[in-house]
Amino acid sequence: MAPLIQCDDLWKIYRVGDVEVQALRGLSLTIEQGEFVAIMGSSGSGKSTLMNILGCLDQPTRGRYRLNGVEVGHLRPDQLADIRNRQIGFVFQSFNLIPRTSALENAQLPLFYRGLSLKEQRAMAAAALQRVGLGGREHHFPTQLSGGQQQRVAIARALVTAPSLLLADEPTGNLDTQSSQEIMSILEGLNREGITVILVTHEIDVAAYAHREIVIKDGQVLSDRATKGRSQTVGV
Amino acid sequence: MPAFIWLTVMTALRILGRNRLRAGLTMLGIVIGVAAVIAMVSIGEGAKRAVQAQIATMGTNVIIIFPGVTSASGVRGSQGTAVTLTVSDALDLKKRVPLLVDTGWARRDVMQIVNGNRNWNGPINGISPSYLTIRDWSFTSGGPFTQADLDSAARVALIGQTIVENLFDPGEEPVGATIRIKNVPFRVIGVLAPKGQSAQGSDQDDVIFIPFSTAERKVFGTSFIGSVGTIFGSTDQVEDLPEAVERIREVLRARHRLQGDQNDDFTIRTQVDIGRVQEGTSQTLTMMLFSIASVSLLVGGIGIMNILLVSVTERTREIGVRMAVGAKRRHIVGQFLIEAMTLSLLGGALGIVLGVVGAKLTTVVAGWPTIISSDVIVIAFFFSLVVGLFFGLYPANKAARLNPIEALRYE
Ligand SMILES: Nc1ncnc2c1ncn2[C@@H]1O[C@H](COP(=O)(O)OP(=O)(O)O)[C@@H](O)[C@H]1O
Ligand SMILES: [Mg+2]
Repeated sequence: MAPLIQCDDLWKIYRVGDVEVQALRGLSLTIEQGEFVAIMGSSGSGKSTLMNILGCLDQPTRGRYRLNGVEVGHLRPDQLADIRNRQIGFVFQSFNLIPRTSALENAQLPLFYRGLSLKEQRAMAAAALQRVGLGGREHHFPTQLSGGQQQRVAIARALVTAPSLLLADEPTGNLDTQSSQEIMSILEGLNREGITVILVTHEIDVAAYAHREIVIKDGQVLSDRATKGRSQTVGV
Repeated sequence: MPAFIWLTVMTALRILGRNRLRAGLTMLGIVIGVAAVIAMVSIGEGAKRAVQAQIATMGTNVIIIFPGVTSASGVRGSQGTAVTLTVSDALDLKKRVPLLVDTGWARRDVMQIVNGNRNWNGPINGISPSYLTIRDWSFTSGGPFTQADLDSAARVALIGQTIVENLFDPGEEPVGATIRIKNVPFRVIGVLAPKGQSAQGSDQDDVIFIPFSTAERKVFGTSFIGSVGTIFGSTDQVEDLPEAVERIREVLRARHRLQGDQNDDFTIRTQVDIGRVQEGTSQTLTMMLFSIASVSLLVGGIGIMNILLVSVTERTREIGVRMAVGAKRRHIVGQFLIEAMTLSLLGGALGIVLGVVGAKLTTVVAGWPTIISSDVIVIAFFFSLVVGLFFGLYPANKAARLNPIEALRYE
């Protein structure tokens, strides 16, 4: 079986006026189905750029990215939207919930674009909220929820479609330690259910949840090593 | 897809509900435009119907023949100057144009009419009895004169409502009274049912009818014996009018010995021609309405476009999120188009209500007749939909063209 993610010689070059910024410089990477990967690296090293490409939100300037054996670079925007909708869940640092819209409706959003009936959307979104421990908060607006709860709504939105890949770009960057741990436990649980989780973080104890740690520097992989993972050190 | 539309409409309504003032101001252009169209079309329809009713008072399938040449606009030389139509013309037409059910003739002059110490200057019409049937005159009291009255040149008169009002006291019975026309005594034998204004705006009830022979011999003077001011005819079917007109023209040209290159020395008009002139007037009105409507709908549409562009900018991040979770271009376009159409349809609905109320008020306050047709309401609704669609297209496309990454990063 093809690996879930296979990147060969990815380049991403931004042009700002006359200046060329090389955000990715020939990055290659393979990630298998079911892995839990932490990506680390200093600010500006190209982590978010990589995540956006892995999430089919952006295309590399050069190089090849295969997702589940399919070369993504050849796909049309609507096909990319379909992949984002069915295979990928996104969690952002700044939650990115739709304002003045209930937790339930936020979690429904991907299903809404999948064209499911309203009843199915509601049932699946409610189950996803239940899964992240927000049962009973379905009708709260984002402003009525704490940061940790908002991020859990975002995770519910990401997992409601049962994706094979969950991408989290600094999901705990805006959260206190307590909330961070709650979020990481949820991601850990999802990974144990078979979802591949790729996570960007600056924090060692957050990265410690993962089983593999990739450090990026100047748009290239600096180091790539297996780690023990928290489940082995702390126990279940 | 139905779930998508339904949810998007609900979302649109919620977003509009949040910015009620902004939405209201945005819709104002559409509201005013649609209201103006509804109110003015209703007034126009009412006026048109009134004119049609006036034209109907002329009679049924009436043909009118004047002496002299008349331009299309209805301006013509003085009726009396050219003595080209005669009683024998009328009688001959009846004989030789079978399409004509009947012909009648009339000659008129304004003269002083006296009843006791009251007097009035009114038009005296010497007519053939058939004139009354062709023009559909009926009576509120008394009745018409007969062929016998015509043969004996009897001094009898039929008078219209305006004459009654000016020569008689209220409640006084005119039938049987004697009035003097040019100092000749006439017995009133009938009072005509009122017809109101003619399509040209003259008072049709300011009228006295006397037998044609009496008028010739005792009132108008004998200088033009046998000549008439107007010949009237009528056909059974309205479709027969053009054919009848052609036949009349042939007969009259032959009788008047006009050569091939000579112009007619008479003019033929039908009820349909007269209706057409009125239609032209209402078309001018319609064009005016159309321009007012277009301008307001244009302004309203630009308002909607403007507010949507603001909305797209305000919600850039939201659009990015929607794209990130799998919204396709058509979903984003659909969302903003539905928002635009929700705005414009709400505006249209408000405009329709306002327009209908405005039309009703016009009837109550100014007394103008108004007719609210369901057609104009449907058209107004349709137009507001199209305005929303058209002016929503640009902002919606702008939203759908956003790059998801840049949209997500937008502050
Ligand atoms: N849209 C963009 N236009 C220009 N430069 C960009 C853009 N996005 C990212 N960059 C640049 O690319 C580099 C990598 O950025 P990023 O992937 O966001 O880093 P990280 O997430 O690791 O902090 C940085 O130097 C950044 O300034
Ligand atoms: Mg980043």
